[in-house]
Amino acid sequence: MDNLLDFFSNINASAFTFDLNYIADKVVPVLNKGLWVSLSLIVPSVILGFIFGVVIGAGRVFAPPRIRRLLDLHVTLVRGVPLLVQMFIIYYGLPSIGIRFEPYVAGVLSFTICTSAYQAEYVRGALMSISQGQIKAAQALGFTAFKSVVWVIVPQALRRALPGCGNEVIYLIKYSSLASAIVMMDLTGEAVGLASQEYKYTEVYVMLGAYYLAITSAATLALYFIERRTAIPGFGRLAAGATK
Amino acid sequence: MNPENYVLCARNLHKSFAGKEILHDVSVAVGKGETKVLIGPSGGGKSTFLQCLNFLIHPDQGDVFLDGRKINSANKRELYDLRQQVGMIFQDFNLFDHLTAEGNVSIALRKVKGMSKKDAHARAIHELDRVGLSRRADHYPAQLSGGQKQRVAIARALAMDPKVILLDEPTSALDPELVGEVVAVIRKLAAGGMPMLLATHQMDFAQALATEIIFMEKGRIIEQGVPEALLAPGARTRTQDFCLSLNQMGNQNSMQLCCHSQAAPSPSAPEE
Repeated sequence: MDNLLDFFSNINASAFTFDLNYIADKVVPVLNKGLWVSLSLIVPSVILGFIFGVVIGAGRVFAPPRIRRLLDLHVTLVRGVPLLVQMFIIYYGLPSIGIRFEPYVAGVLSFTICTSAYQAEYVRGALMSISQGQIKAAQALGFTAFKSVVWVIVPQALRRALPGCGNEVIYLIKYSSLASAIVMMDLTGEAVGLASQEYKYTEVYVMLGAYYLAITSAATLALYFIERRTAIPGFGRLAAGATK
Repeated sequence: MNPENYVLCARNLHKSFAGKEILHDVSVAVGKGETKVLIGPSGGGKSTFLQCLNFLIHPDQGDVFLDGRKINSANKRELYDLRQQVGMIFQDFNLFDHLTAEGNVSIALRKVKGMSKKDAHARAIHELDRVGLSRRADHYPAQLSGGQKQRVAIARALAMDPKVILLDEPTSALDPELVGEVVAVIRKLAAGGMPMLLATHQMDFAQALATEIIFMEKGRIIEQGVPEALLAPGARTRTQDFCLSLNQMGNQNSMQLCCHSQAAPSPSAPEE
């Protein structure tokens, strides 16, 4: 008990100050600047990553064997190599063979590649959960293979994949913080810069965490509404008996 | 049989899966206004045979003719054309789970036949009305009973204006009290002259509708003929034996129709 009291009094005595004025005057304006950079990385990466995820996921289920093997290899590589390493390769490595990207382009590119590989797995799982009967019914009506994928299988699979895909969006928001490693002044980049000026680590990093929490919370809410809007009795949120 | 005299004709179909022969030299033809009923034990090849007719399963050997024209299933255009003209009803309905009843009926009209959304909708409502379900048009499959689902499936097939309909045990997955509504729809189709090939275990139904009964077992046609001949009192056919064995499983309806008054041996069977 005494030890515990000592512990808390030490905190009070030494470093545990939380300077609200500093936060309002300095931290918030700087982080707001970084917020727009972060969002400009996240939003296109989410959209592109989802589109490519659906294409790669569908390819891994329906494409001819040769293309399927190629996509398997792609997903294995992307999932198996740390994102930070991939970003270093794209931003610092590729220039040695003459391919140069702006930091922003390198960021969006590496995030898109990474997130689409994960999205593809969610999509693949959902596609494989669609029963053979659905495909047979479409074929029996004269649907071509391509049309039955587009009009019957994918619309059902996407509804099943949505919770997993939403999860991946939350991950992407958080790993976008790696952009600072390729000199992007995103939220984390700005925060690190600011913290090293006046050494007010607590104020800066707690606020940084709060900013990410705000973004992920907004995304969670948005995903909830998408799930609710696309829900169909028998799929997801709505029970079989419910009407929309 | 000369394919030119029939709407749909299968000649000498063979199919094996993993070395096991499922169909052996099966030939069946359906003419205008005819209802041919496939019966026989489960695993006898009825379902495989029906699915060979629209190439959901590709036969190893043999030919399929529509209106006397041999189908080259390697030609995609010909294959998709055939499937549009041959309706199929599945045992477990296979409605598209993400679409309403109306959507289920109209989607192929729009995406396969290229109809406008408005025309497809009007046609879908008309077809749903024919099976007594226009008031359920905006219900999803999860909100429909088994019998309603199967009626939507029939409406979906009819909307394509098929020349013939294949029905693969359309009432087998239904609760007993829902069988009647589906049977009524199928009877109406038969009465309207729609050529049909129907696999079923419901003997009363088979007998009432069939212009010909085809008994299949172990991938072969064992016998075929008009119901009056195959099921006549004392006919001693394989079909009649099969009927009796169905009766012993508690199929009261078929008992009345199949047994008539002949001295059928009836060992004490477990009653439900």
